[in-house]
Amino acid sequence: MKRAAVLLVLALGVPAAAQTPAQKIEVQYTQFTLPNGLHVILHEDHGVPLVTVNTWYHVGSANERPGRTGFAHLFEHLMFMGSGHAPYGQFDERLEAVGGTNNASTENDRTNYYIDVPSNALELALFFESDRMGYLLDAMKPMTVDAQRDVVKNERRQSYENRPYGMADITLGEMLFPENHPYHWPVIGYMPDLTAATYEDVVAFFKTYYSPSNASLVVAGDIDTTKARTLVEQWFSDVKPGPAPAPMTIPGVALTGVQKKTITDRVQLPRLFLAWLTPRHLEPGDAALDVVADVLAGGKNSRLYKRLVYDMQIAQDVSAYQESQALCSTFHITATPRPGHTPDELQTVIDEEIGKLQREGPSDHEVQRSLNQIEASFYNRMERLGGFSGKADQINAYFTETGDPNWFGQDLGRYRALSPSNIRAAATAFLPRDRRVELTVMPEPGASK
Amino acid sequence: MRRVLPGLLVLAGVVTSGQQAPDRTRPPQLGPPPPLNLPTIQNRRLSNGLPVWLVELHEVPVVQVNLVVLRGSGNDPAGQFGAASLTAAMLEEGAGSRSSLEIADAVDFLGADLGSASGIDSSAIRLHVPVARIADALGLMADVALRPTFPKDELERLRRERLTNILQARDNPATIDALAFNRALYGPTHRYGTAANGTAQTIAALTTEDLRAFYAASFQPANASLLIVGDVTIEKTLPLLEASFGGWKPATSASPPTSVGDAPEPAARQIYLVDKPGAPQSQIRIGWIGVARSTPDYFPIQVLNTILGGSFSSRLNMNLREKNGYTYGASSQFDMRTSAGPFVAAAGVQTDKTADALREFFNELNGIAKTVPADELARAKNYVSLRYPEGFETSGDISRKLEDAIVFHLPADYFSKYVPNIEAVTAADVQRVAQKYIQPNRFVVVITGDLKVIEPPIRVLNLGSIKTMTLDEIFGPAPKLTQ
Repeated sequence: MKRAAVLLVLALGVPAAAQTPAQKIEVQYTQFTLPNGLHVILHEDHGVPLVTVNTWYHVGSANERPGRTGFAHLFEHLMFMGSGHAPYGQFDERLEAVGGTNNASTENDRTNYYIDVPSNALELALFFESDRMGYLLDAMKPMTVDAQRDVVKNERRQSYENRPYGMADITLGEMLFPENHPYHWPVIGYMPDLTAATYEDVVAFFKTYYSPSNASLVVAGDIDTTKARTLVEQWFSDVKPGPAPAPMTIPGVALTGVQKKTITDRVQLPRLFLAWLTPRHLEPGDAALDVVADVLAGGKNSRLYKRLVYDMQIAQDVSAYQESQALCSTFHITATPRPGHTPDELQTVIDEEIGKLQREGPSDHEVQRSLNQIEASFYNRMERLGGFSGKADQINAYFTETGDPNWFGQDLGRYRALSPSNIRAAATAFLPRDRRVELTVMPEPGASK
Repeated sequence: MRRVLPGLLVLAGVVTSGQQAPDRTRPPQLGPPPPLNLPTIQNRRLSNGLPVWLVELHEVPVVQVNLVVLRGSGNDPAGQFGAASLTAAMLEEGAGSRSSLEIADAVDFLGADLGSASGIDSSAIRLHVPVARIADALGLMADVALRPTFPKDELERLRRERLTNILQARDNPATIDALAFNRALYGPTHRYGTAANGTAQTIAALTTEDLRAFYAASFQPANASLLIVGDVTIEKTLPLLEASFGGWKPATSASPPTSVGDAPEPAARQIYLVDKPGAPQSQIRIGWIGVARSTPDYFPIQVLNTILGGSFSSRLNMNLREKNGYTYGASSQFDMRTSAGPFVAAAGVQTDKTADALREFFNELNGIAKTVPADELARAKNYVSLRYPEGFETSGDISRKLEDAIVFHLPADYFSKYVPNIEAVTAADVQRVAQKYIQPNRFVVVITGDLKVIEPPIRVLNLGSIKTMTLDEIFGPAPKLTQ
């Protein structure tokens, strides 16, 4: 029997906005915590005969110390290099041999891993995931660290240093956050720190941050909840508990003026980056700033796109987004001037439009257009089960941030509650012209044309 | 056979909950893979003959609707490279009674995604929308597909945007290397040797008349198919489709598609270098002209490429990334089109290891001609066949599968026979296609990097004759962008 994975319940009472499909979005799940502290969430979805094993460790680059930046991400690579009962090579070879795929990613505040397999291979995925949670160090050697150190350095070269404008993100973090704030340094880390990382660092990091009580596991897809629970309990039962990591002391941050900087790159055109410090994910103002971003630069009719790109045609592109994070969010506006135009020209127009939004607020139509798109995105996000940002990954994210794996409806509710006056208030409070970062990337003199 | 590992003795002591300790001495044994339940494809026709392919997928209340026409950039007229791409983009810039901004506002307000784009062998208008709004969205989609107005001022705007894109393409070493590789293989006149977007010269010259002509020849019901995948039923959807697309009549008689034809293979190995001063990595592309999608060797080639560079555990990635750390990832690909597209092996490698990486690329490309060990073959076949259901998960996934079936005229039982066809591939098949399609002594090698550093060690390798390519040779002269 094919069971609907997403329950869509017609809400009672038709909401005012006739364009809204007025459906409730939620997932069914079972959750429990093992004696070693590992929190487990099971979710059945029989749409395709696949299961995903999705593991979040509540550690990221924010837990690093100066001199060892990039370590959380380097460590993520080491999780694929073999564990006590799975010698190096077996993880990928055996998972490929059953038709599985896997990957992981590191951010400031979390590291996530997924293994997607046909449903008959659930137990194999649990074997590998539990073995590296329990027995990673049994297989770790200094030469393992060296091998992935070189790979990660090449990831940095490929994704940042050799990519047009690739260093701007790293510079923006350094300008937005003071040196003692853990968002000051990039997730990918600095080259000398990657060089300095040692085997002893790996051992200490694993013992500090990779205990089962600092992780959450979502097993989702074509599973039988009872059988899956038995398998999870069996495979993770011998993973030793560890101490909870000490809570971090996070310095408060605020920009007190305009931070201005110009860097150069091997590019044809300059690019302007404006950035602000904004409310943390799920705090008041966070959802409103997503709508502010839409009103400013989402689609052809957005205010900045229409003026800079469509009408004046002095910009090649413009984008705006709220980057929601656990300790402090940032809001970004990025624009590239057309040949013959300058970042200053764009900045003047951008400031006019922000000012106008702060004075007059958005129209009802602009807000409803944005909310309709956001609501559609909630449905679109439910289509895929595994991988990055599939349903299992979202369940783990909601659990991590709210304690409720089924926070989909409440999250959508944050947006549905917004009115034009909320949007105006957020733009006014959080996008001040006199407290922000202004970064310009200029073409290197003599860059090949 | 069971192996007893030293760690096993301590396991019993850490079990905390009365759970039986897992047996970690070997990976768990698996049951048989789940049966592949392919979605049912319902085929109908509208009153004007337009074929409809519909798949019901009721998990999430969304729907994907694609109108596909069998003309793409491969059908660009000579001297008008970029016509298909620009034509597709112009469809959204004015249609029916709506302007560019009005179309965008209506689509965004529905929470829909609507895009028109060309590929090499086809063009498509693709809609993804909450199913509650399908009727309004179909009306917009039909305007864009059937009643584009090609406003002159919007063309001038897109032209400037695209000329700037062509200028910016010179920034990215991966883009430069990929275009240089195609140019080296196919030359300036074969369509595959020039970017799908065209060049500054062709984009500057295209007129609304050119685009209207391309549209008229391409967008014909006789040449099109409509795909619907999502939370819909055939009974309720057909009338909506009929209302939006059933009245679409051919404007002129459909002309048979032009074929780009096959280009000759390179006769001998040739190395091309593109200078990117200061680059911390070198972009490497190695290969030659591969096969058309219609190749009878399709299934052995899937297995071959998985072994060579199509999976994480492939030989190229294990050597260049895992063993040597020269790169973040190395891979290979057969790009199959209606005519033979390129085979390419590629990586971005750190500048001071460029020559070492080239040597290892050729070690693997030469080594693939030998018989593949049984376990490696089995792993690759399983990886391809057992992962197959994953490609039928979302409405977008399924619509892409259906598009392939239409564009490449795949047989009706293609999806159901895919897994048995992969399972039937033998080591001898893989060796045969490896020897036929991987001939490293005739490969073109294109490297974009800091020549001051990488050229001397590359010359020492003595791989073949070396030429340099300039950015103007790859892209054509830079666009003249007035202020």
